[in-house]
Amino acid sequence: GRWSRAAAQQKLTEADLLDMAPHGNVTLVHITDIHAQLKPLYFREPSINLGVGEVAGLPPHVTGADFLKLYNIRPGTPHAYALTSEDFEALARQYGKMGGLDRAARIVKRIRDERGDSMLLLDGGDTWQGSYTANKTLGADMVEVMNALKPDAMTGHWEFTYGTDRVKELVDSLPFAFLGGNIYDAEWNEPAFEAYRIFERGGVKIGVIGQAFPYTPIANPRWMFPNWSFGIRETDVAKNVEAVKAEGAELVVLLSHNGFDVDRKLASRVPGIDVILTGHTHDALPEPVKVGDTLVIASGSNGKFVSRLDLDVRDGKVKGYSYRLIPVFSDVIGSDPEVAGLIDKVRAPYEAELGRKLATTESLLYRRGNFNGTFDDLICQALLAERDAEIALSPGFRWGTSLLPGQDITVEDLHNACAMTYPAAYRSPMTGQLIKDILEDVADNLFNADPYYQQGGDMVRVGGMGYRIDPTAAIGSRISEMTVLKTGEAVKPDREYVVAGWASVNEGTEGPPVWDVVEAHLARNPVVRLEENRSVKVTS
Amino acid sequence: TLAVLGVPTTRAWANTEATEKAIKEFTGGAAPEAGRITLDAPEIAENGNTVPISVSVESPMSGDDYVQSVTLLADGNPNPAVATFHFTPLSGTATATTRIRLAKTQNVVAVAKMSNGAVFSDTKLVKVTIGGCGG
Amino acid sequence: MATPKPRIKVPSKAAKGEVVTIKTLISHEMESGQRKDKEGKPIPRKIINKFTCTFNGQPVFSCDLAPAVSANPYFEFTAKVMESGTFEFTWVDDDGSTYSAKNKITVQ
Ligand SMILES: [Mn+2]
Ligand SMILES: [Mn+2]
Repeated sequence: GRWSRAAAQQKLTEADLLDMAPHGNVTLVHITDIHAQLKPLYFREPSINLGVGEVAGLPPHVTGADFLKLYNIRPGTPHAYALTSEDFEALARQYGKMGGLDRAARIVKRIRDERGDSMLLLDGGDTWQGSYTANKTLGADMVEVMNALKPDAMTGHWEFTYGTDRVKELVDSLPFAFLGGNIYDAEWNEPAFEAYRIFERGGVKIGVIGQAFPYTPIANPRWMFPNWSFGIRETDVAKNVEAVKAEGAELVVLLSHNGFDVDRKLASRVPGIDVILTGHTHDALPEPVKVGDTLVIASGSNGKFVSRLDLDVRDGKVKGYSYRLIPVFSDVIGSDPEVAGLIDKVRAPYEAELGRKLATTESLLYRRGNFNGTFDDLICQALLAERDAEIALSPGFRWGTSLLPGQDITVEDLHNACAMTYPAAYRSPMTGQLIKDILEDVADNLFNADPYYQQGGDMVRVGGMGYRIDPTAAIGSRISEMTVLKTGEAVKPDREYVVAGWASVNEGTEGPPVWDVVEAHLARNPVVRLEENRSVKVTS
Repeated sequence: TLAVLGVPTTRAWANTEATEKAIKEFTGGAAPEAGRITLDAPEIAENGNTVPISVSVESPMSGDDYVQSVTLLADGNPNPAVATFHFTPLSGTATATTRIRLAKTQNVVAVAKMSNGAVFSDTKLVKVTIGGCGG
Repeated sequence: MATPKPRIKVPSKAAKGEVVTIKTLISHEMESGQRKDKEGKPIPRKIINKFTCTFNGQPVFSCDLAPAVSANPYFEFTAKVMESGTFEFTWVDDDGSTYSAKNKITVQ
């Protein structure tokens, strides 16, 4: 197929990436989880992404060489680099950075030119958060740049962490729909956002239903948007599918931030959804996953990919499709001058600070993966040292860009790993039992055998302590062998340990912003060198 | 027993005995069947202090065939009793929503009693979590 | 504690035989009786234990509440209206106080 054809080519061209024989009468373009990344970047895909229960061994729970085999991708090829962590450093040097919203804009505009009024551009959310400039402008930079791509609809997750008033202000300013059929007013139980919108494209009526991240008030601070309640609300999804059909929709699309496994389960239980454009779990899959008659599309994160799904819709049915997950190779895809100019404009006030060098890394820095990445280790080391703690806890966010050995660590790079609106680095005593309870709780949110009980983050990162985890066990018995690394002693349930961490969801959390903590640590340690983290042992 | 209700059997924290007793008191000893009643609750509570719970029972709600009452129980709370709704044909439908307190992860059970004495139940596991993290 | 304040959402008009949705909220701490004060003494239970809704004097919906119902009890239920009239809502407190509210609906 096209993967082996692309793989056979030594030199990739824009035409290789973008040329696609048009199919049918509707084109959906999907981009998701950009996390405010306007510029080209490195982003290492996970080397470990375990699935439990029914999804064990199924995509997206396939990584590395297994992934390459499953999708018939040759090692060392551009697509191997884009989609896996295999030989990442060498391939990153060979194929360069990925993403950049000016490149994505060029792809979108080209598809729009080809497909005219047959195209819908849908943004899966986690768009406005994750960078220094997004934090400084409270998302305004992303809104301005994304508007130039002319999306037709979006949904959200981290967007809500700008707080109720800011979210309302930005949503009201959008020249397109912000959809969230699963967001309710917490007091009167009434819909708080538009649930769906019907579009007509290529003569086809398309019902797009928005599904925001169901566990936003749990994974993120509820106090920032206390009047909004979320949830999967499967029955509401089903009702909205019926509603758009009743209004004449011939194609039903769920623009979802549920996460892959939740959407796979939803597709198996709610009839009538033709396409789920999934997000949140940051999976990039080169082919749709079919669940019954539903196509589930996973378009990656950080602007690395743009998905194009051509559909042949006739008599209210999808008769055929053609799909391409377009990897945005920054050195191959041209830059859209209008959007490049906008990106320069929104960054200009911050350019000097963004480029300020904090340190140099001699190790590959990355986060994505079920357990500690090296960038997490760096943050944990900073928390332990600068906050004088015995144990550090750092959240398992799936965003955060990668740096290659030899690269400078700039203010921008640091903020790409921790830019958020609740950055306080707390320092508090916790008993060994409480630390275990936290690990068990987070592990269950990641490895519960029922996807509806998962939250889609990775395991909390730990510094100063090692442990063993059995993902397939039940809550309360997954975590064992908790050990203080410095002394080799077992963590005692009754003893109190000084714990430093960040991104607490509790209101009133005190401490300096985590980026100040890491910056202070880098000032003292201007050359970063990290050993591979072997402190988490996984029982399989 | 609760097994009839489709309740998972691994419930280390559950106040099983008190819950079964409360069900028997409500039904007059009859074992509830599955079906006709749907309990809707979030899979994971946003806030254990206020968890929205909805029940809906299929019924014509006519003068001689209607849903009399629905009781809600939480099997991991210190006392499983939560609330009991009473309907009449004037209710139009046997649907109701309220918000409840859940001390920890547990099963919420809803049992419906029809005007002819038949009893039905539904159960849902609601997880109460510490929170944090995300994609 | 301030006097509990009920709030109601009922449509003002309905067609004959229509099933309307009613939503009610009342401000109340719902003190469970299981908490302790700073000195470690149990705080006595004080909850709304009964809620009733009638229409033109006929029972529509009622609820017996245990301490596991959240603070500021919320009820959402339905009523089938055949004629114009008045909904009357009553909340009964553990201390014997009752709080009430009325809403008129016109059937066209
Ligand atoms: Mn997300
Ligand atoms: Mn994301």
